[in-house]
Amino acid sequence: MYQSLFSRNVFAELDRLQREMRDAFDLSPSIRGLGRGGFPALNVGGTPQSVEILAFAPGLDPASVEVKLDRGVLTIAGERPAELPSEEGDKAAVHINERFSGRFRRVISLSEDVDPNGVSAAYHDGILHITAKRRESAQPRRISIQ
Amino acid sequence: MNDTTAVTRNDKASREDVATRNDGSRRAEALIPPVDVIEDSAGITLRADLPGVPKDKLGLHVEADTLTIEGEMSVPMPEGMAASYAEVSVPRFRRVFTLSKELDTGKVAAEFKNGVLNLRIPKAEHAQPRRIDIKVS
Repeated sequence: MYQSLFSRNVFAELDRLQREMRDAFDLSPSIRGLGRGGFPALNVGGTPQSVEILAFAPGLDPASVEVKLDRGVLTIAGERPAELPSEEGDKAAVHINERFSGRFRRVISLSEDVDPNGVSAAYHDGILHITAKRRESAQPRRISIQ
Repeated sequence: MNDTTAVTRNDKASREDVATRNDGSRRAEALIPPVDVIEDSAGITLRADLPGVPKDKLGLHVEADTLTIEGEMSVPMPEGMAASYAEVSVPRFRRVFTLSKELDTGKVAAEFKNGVLNLRIPKAEHAQPRRIDIKVS
């Protein structure tokens, strides 16, 4: 008798609702989809000299992360190993499982004026900080009047 | 990259600090860090993702039966940076858990590395599993 409450697929409905709400805020999503909620979370900012990208990726071995710049497209890929006890494991119960595990890949396109040879990355406190220098020719400059 | 936020993260952070100072009763906005909680026979292991939080800005408090995890991000940014796209917009984490009474809060061990907090809360001695013999008369 309670079935009627759930006659439609609740999860599909929630999914649709979520999508519609997101679309309401963002009328033209990027071709690579709506990245929000992906791992690692990304923040991007810029100064006149550089583009700064922060990837919030805690608990990684920096050696296992691949950062690649190919024709202005920056790719961050790697794997975060699962730390949960194995299935046939030893009497351990998983009560909450929210942390991401597995392979990840995030792609962003950088602006045209980025110098492909001037990209550096550092990993500190679980944040991957990528700095991409802008080309010398694209730097703002003052033009003197003759 | 459609989102455009005019404020830099630093501006936002300072504005929030002001807001809390003016109105002490309202707590500052904070992100909820994702966690894993695993229980075995000897205790509970909690792992939390707190990227960007240095060790000295991480706060762990056990009060009565609540465990509070707090952290403030500290990310050095170049002068004059303008944020153009942000998925993490609040530089702060907070999450509160209610503990159960068989856990020994006096023996909590914490480890914090690369933005991942690893907490181990053992069960109290008297709550450790024990085999109960069945007497047959």
